[in-house]
Amino acid sequence: MKTENDIAIKVQGLAKRFGDVQAVTAVDFEVNTGELFGFLGPNGAGKTTTINMLTGLARPDAGTIHIGGIDCTRRPRAAQHLIGVVPDESNLYPELSGFDNLGFCAALYGMGKAERQARAKELLEAFDLTKAAGRRFGGYSKGMKRRLTIAAGIIHRPRILFLDEPTTGIDVASARQLRQLIGDLHKNGTTIFLTTHYIEEAERLCDRIAFIMSGRIVRIDTVANLVQPIREKHVMQITFANGVNDLSDRLAEEFPGLNFTSPEPGLIQVEADAPIRVGPLVRFLEDRGAEVAEARRIRPSLEDVFVRITGVGADVMRKEKEKSGGNQ
Amino acid sequence: MKHWIAFWNILTKDFRTYYLKPPNISWGLIFPLAWTGMFFIRSGRGMESISSILPGVTALSILFGTTSLLAVTVTFEKKNRSFERLLLAPIPLELLMLAKTSGAILFGVVNAFVPVLMAAFLVDLGHVNWLVFIPAVVLISVASTFLGLFIAVAVSEVFEAQTFSNFFRFPMIFLCGLFFPISALPVFLKPLAYALPLTYGADMLHGAIHGGNIMSVPLNLAILAAFCAGLFMVSLRNIRRRWIA
Repeated sequence: MKTENDIAIKVQGLAKRFGDVQAVTAVDFEVNTGELFGFLGPNGAGKTTTINMLTGLARPDAGTIHIGGIDCTRRPRAAQHLIGVVPDESNLYPELSGFDNLGFCAALYGMGKAERQARAKELLEAFDLTKAAGRRFGGYSKGMKRRLTIAAGIIHRPRILFLDEPTTGIDVASARQLRQLIGDLHKNGTTIFLTTHYIEEAERLCDRIAFIMSGRIVRIDTVANLVQPIREKHVMQITFANGVNDLSDRLAEEFPGLNFTSPEPGLIQVEADAPIRVGPLVRFLEDRGAEVAEARRIRPSLEDVFVRITGVGADVMRKEKEKSGGNQ
Repeated sequence: MKHWIAFWNILTKDFRTYYLKPPNISWGLIFPLAWTGMFFIRSGRGMESISSILPGVTALSILFGTTSLLAVTVTFEKKNRSFERLLLAPIPLELLMLAKTSGAILFGVVNAFVPVLMAAFLVDLGHVNWLVFIPAVVLISVASTFLGLFIAVAVSEVFEAQTFSNFFRFPMIFLCGLFFPISALPVFLKPLAYALPLTYGADMLHGAIHGGNIMSVPLNLAILAAFCAGLFMVSLRNIRRRWIA
């Protein structure tokens, strides 16, 4: 039996409408204290609307939100001291230095001058920004801006941290560094609510994940439980060196126990409940003029689970990453 | 105490990043100077006209300084989303908006004394009733700032803030009795004049500088204070409806 202290965020029947668009519908979930909870979905799925309602930047049309046991539906700003928010775009003051930005954010939480100066120095060091402390925030690189924005979000040592697309639009090295920082915060006991459309990032970091699609939660579970059924499947990808006609139908006739799909030209994906024998498959294909370049076993990932559950293809997610400046 | 740390830091941050920037300081100095020069030349009566144009120039300096800066800075912060950071802070919305507007109010008061200082070098201001003049300046500044806040909440782009500000400012200048007495206005415009906050501020300034105010000082103060409270409440309601919707 969970107590109030075990639950950091509790959401029931959350709904939000913008004009004709029902952005979020009947959303229910709980985030346990100290948990790193992933909130995944394609662009426009309702991730940011949900995070805005949770953080008090938007009012739900229906439903209840409890943060740290506080009813935020009745008292929307009462839990602000418990939460830290890192928005999807850096929103610090471009004309202030990194140090002054952190000092200002600390002052918003009522921290005294000596305390906020010490905390700003500590975070600048932790986030490898000490050398840039006196420089204008507007002149920082994207990765530095994201790091300082995260530092500003935790300046008051919040119990619950909302991270909205933390690694979007930054280079690989900075993204890796940020993931390390997020992992460290999680280890230190901070409850983290992470929205992202980098599925591999969520798989690497999160304890549990909720998939949101068209404003509805379609699945919530631990990463292990989500991936488990699909990992029991045997999946193989066969790549052709030459252009061949789609042989999926003929393969299905010849090998009735196997499931064939062609995700892209020159590639066939084979799925089965038992180990796949490569020899007969390759012989069958080569007898029909196909030149097999590679046949390799694929370990299904959370991305495959996401594609199965939401119906959104990996290519769509990839395009979204590119559109949003993702660089991973 | 914690709330006041936040209040003070928002106010000082705004002074550093907006009000003490050279372009805004020069706006605060040049604008009243230009108004004074313009009306001085237009009057053609020499030094004796200074005290007669002082209420108008003072009020305009406040009105333009506060509405422009507040509407633009709040719209700018809303646009680049740094305003969200303030909305996420654990301080009451009323206090947050008072902190955001206090800088503009002080800027307006300082602006008001630019023409006064200039006039003090040219004519004797010994007859001015400062006990009426100073509260009038402060309340005009508060009302104008809250008008700027009302405008900032109503628009989403910086250029819209300027356009929408003029929609209020220009009719107010000509109808509030600063340059034409309200008694000289056409009958159908008179009710409109009394619906403008600047009318009551202008009446107090006229009274403080050369006597002859239409309404009593307490009545002017009360009505102006009611305008301030009303504009602030409406702006807060609009923030809740539009920005935390």
